[in-house]
Amino acid sequence: MLAFNFFGATEGGLFDINATLPLMAIQVVALTYILNSLFFKPVGNVVEKREKFVSNNILDAKNKLSEVEKLEADLLSQLQSARSEAQKIVSEAENESDKLYKEALELANNEANASKEKARLEIENQTSSAREQLFKQADDLSELIVNRLILEK
Amino acid sequence: MFLNSLPTNFAALEVGQHLYWQIGNIRLHGQVFLTSWILLGALLVFISLGTKKMENDPKGLQNLLEFLWDYIRDLARTQIGEKVYRDWMPFIGTLFLFVFVSNWGGALIPWRLIKLPSGELGAPTADINTTIALALLVSLSYFYAGLSNKGWRYFEYYVHPTPIMLPFKILEDFTKPLSLSFRLFGNILADELVVGVLVFLVPLVLPIPVMFLGLFTSAIQALIFATLAAYYIGEAVEEHH
Repeated sequence: MLAFNFFGATEGGLFDINATLPLMAIQVVALTYILNSLFFKPVGNVVEKREKFVSNNILDAKNKLSEVEKLEADLLSQLQSARSEAQKIVSEAENESDKLYKEALELANNEANASKEKARLEIENQTSSAREQLFKQADDLSELIVNRLILEK
Repeated sequence: MFLNSLPTNFAALEVGQHLYWQIGNIRLHGQVFLTSWILLGALLVFISLGTKKMENDPKGLQNLLEFLWDYIRDLARTQIGEKVYRDWMPFIGTLFLFVFVSNWGGALIPWRLIKLPSGELGAPTADINTTIALALLVSLSYFYAGLSNKGWRYFEYYVHPTPIMLPFKILEDFTKPLSLSFRLFGNILADELVVGVLVFLVPLVLPIPVMFLGLFTSAIQALIFATLAAYYIGEAVEEHH
């Protein structure tokens, strides 16, 4: 049966407000405390602990990453300085060897020149002494020829 | 005349009938308490099952409860603000869960199969006493929140930004619980009535989409109630400069 009995009824009706109201309010407040201790606190603890764990881990990883980057940069700069030092040493050695080579070359040249000069002088001396001797022998021979021609006459 | 000739035994509609309990000279609506105890009992069992063994890697029910917790925290945090939302989260969450469980329980469980001497079982939120109780709790909460956070400076809110606002802000304190309670009451009752009338007139197929609509409305109403409650509390604790 359809019994639309909104207002006017001494008992019942849609807007029948009675002690149900305060009791329901008390019940909801009690439920709040029960749910707080049964649901909100424990779940909140677990979730927040996990969130903390995750954010800590992220922070940790970030720190480690920055450390790694620092170390990498350090290594790179060390490598660079080592490389430039090596280059310097190599070029120094090259210069040195160049210098030594030049010195040795000069020395050798000088020596060679000196011995060439000496040899030339010697050759000249010998040539002149040989020439003198030749002249002398030629004189002797001519004298001999002259004497013989004179004597035979 | 016409209605009386219809077979009415499978779907009788009773509006404004209550199962009265008499304790001393106090009268209670028994059907409201019966359904609320059943539904809240189920809720508490569900929650204790889910929180029985809390692990760092959530599984099954714990996962669902954590999702729910996160949802409620987001709701409370966006409306109340970062500073005090922690204090009010259990209250907002309880409001949401209570209204949601009541609405859905009223819509999903075939209460009509249980015969009562008078009145019928249904959603506890379809009773005006329940919704007014919830709305008054919200009013008390936002007054308490404002006064405990800002002391007497809370009343600056009434003359902010100009004293012209004073009568409107005072009026708001009355319209807030009124609109909260009647919105919830009206929506849930209307849903029950529509489903009831449709089942009464066309018992097959036709009520099903309306029932789904009712489930949707029920969930939305729970969200609206909790969001508005959180918003009122947030408004009361907000610092304006």
